[in-house]
Amino acid sequence: MRYMLLQNYGATESDCPPMTQWAPADIKAHIEFQQALNAELLERGELVDAQGLAGPEQAKFVVSDGVSAPVITDGPFPEAKELLAGYRIVDVESAERAVAIAAAVSAAPGANGVPIRQPIEVRAVMSAPDPEV
Amino acid sequence: MTGHGGTADLLRGLAPRALAAVVRRYGHFADAEDAVQEALLAAATTWPADGTPDNPLAWLIRVASRKMADQYRSDEARRRREEIAASWSLIPHEPVPAYDDTLTLMLMCCHPALSPGAAIPLTLRAVGGLTTREIAAAFLVPEATMAQRISRAKARLKGLDEPFTLPPPGGGGERLRSVLHVLYLIFNEGYAASDGPDLARTDLSGEAVRLARGLHAALPRDAEVTGLLALMLLTDARRPARTGPGGELVPLKDQDRARWDRQLITEGLNLLTGALRQSQPGEYQLQASIAALHDQATSHAGTDWARILALYDRLERLTGNPMVALNRAVAAAMADGPGAGLALLDGLDDQLGDHHRLHSVRAHLLAQAGDTGGAIAEFEAAAARTTNLRERDYLVTQAARLAADPP
Repeated sequence: MRYMLLQNYGATESDCPPMTQWAPADIKAHIEFQQALNAELLERGELVDAQGLAGPEQAKFVVSDGVSAPVITDGPFPEAKELLAGYRIVDVESAERAVAIAAAVSAAPGANGVPIRQPIEVRAVMSAPDPEV
Repeated sequence: MTGHGGTADLLRGLAPRALAAVVRRYGHFADAEDAVQEALLAAATTWPADGTPDNPLAWLIRVASRKMADQYRSDEARRRREEIAASWSLIPHEPVPAYDDTLTLMLMCCHPALSPGAAIPLTLRAVGGLTTREIAAAFLVPEATMAQRISRAKARLKGLDEPFTLPPPGGGGERLRSVLHVLYLIFNEGYAASDGPDLARTDLSGEAVRLARGLHAALPRDAEVTGLLALMLLTDARRPARTGPGGELVPLKDQDRARWDRQLITEGLNLLTGALRQSQPGEYQLQASIAALHDQATSHAGTDWARILALYDRLERLTGNPMVALNRAVAAAMADGPGAGLALLDGLDDQLGDHHRLHSVRAHLLAQAGDTGGAIAEFEAAAARTTNLRERDYLVTQAARLAADPP
């Protein structure tokens, strides 16, 4: 079963300040945590993809009717916190395992090593149809 | 072995025999499997250019043995070297029939201690002779991830420390059942993904059929092994009609039966007849019998639904699987009208809860019963819950059709 674990720039359950205000050692610990988690998922044979996205400053919204020139909106966006920050795609044996990975992601260390408790959205990826249809 | 030419086919057939020979000679299944995989890759690159050796099996065994020896020579741990040297002299190497090799390897790779997610890729590599890259492509994961999955499976087997031998006659029943289950899952994985945008994927259904043929050759008198092979062929026969020109799903009742593969149906029916004659009933023979009735029917309405219903009754009693109960409800509706099917569904809510298949079957039966509003609501509920993209497209289309053009 394939799941996408999504995290956005939104508020965290802890009172974690923005990363730019962390001590450099805390930032290093956070990055190492993410790398170690990816290495563990690879070692377990579960990792499909893990990507961080460039910041919301570089985001664009594009709307088109297919005829006229598209309408392109650049940032800054008032709802930047709702934009996607990064994702992992994992291929796991159960829904419970996907939730356990999401819990690990959510507990990534933040300022002073305190878990960030960032909400992680767990979504099943659509697959091919059942053979019995 | 990315090509589909003669070399790839030859290597896939030789892979389990080479592996079994190397394991018999040196022990150490996990290392032997790596060495054979390397030998297969070497053969795939050199044989097409230099020509196939006179004795290809001996070539593979020799190259794999050399790779194992190299590996151990570079190993500095003395204890390990001694242990290996001891095992070399202990393991006799007598000629063994190829079919036994395939069976022994399957029993090992499908060990009940492994989850299906671990047993499937290991079986495809060690018995099927597929490369890690091909298996990774079939399951749409990166090659490194699949390599890890396989090496974890082998590490788990290492911990069990079981001898590489066939179980005593009659002693492998439980183990054989898990082999059948793994082959069935490989077939279904391939069948589900065989059409539409995933054309580049390795043909897992074809691979499962090939492995099931090998197992059938090893155990020609096991009725369930024959039943599984028959089930695969009778199901695979419908594959050409299962998708429309745009890759959309075509349900059984709307399929163009002229596009079904008659040759596969005939072969499947012959196998099934032979299996049923053995009087060793089992779930794969029952499923194959149901598939056979569909394959022999000239139309959906003209299908022998009463017999299909009776077979689902037996299958449900045998397996206790609520998904079987769902199919039984469909058959009951076809045999005795939608009311009979809907009544059976009412008992399934507790077991299946909010499963999309329950909603989708109820939607179809409500539509048959003339309850358009109820059918639309159930199609929508099913569409919201399925994790199958093409199934969702199908369900949304059904809801929209009923809403736009109520009967």
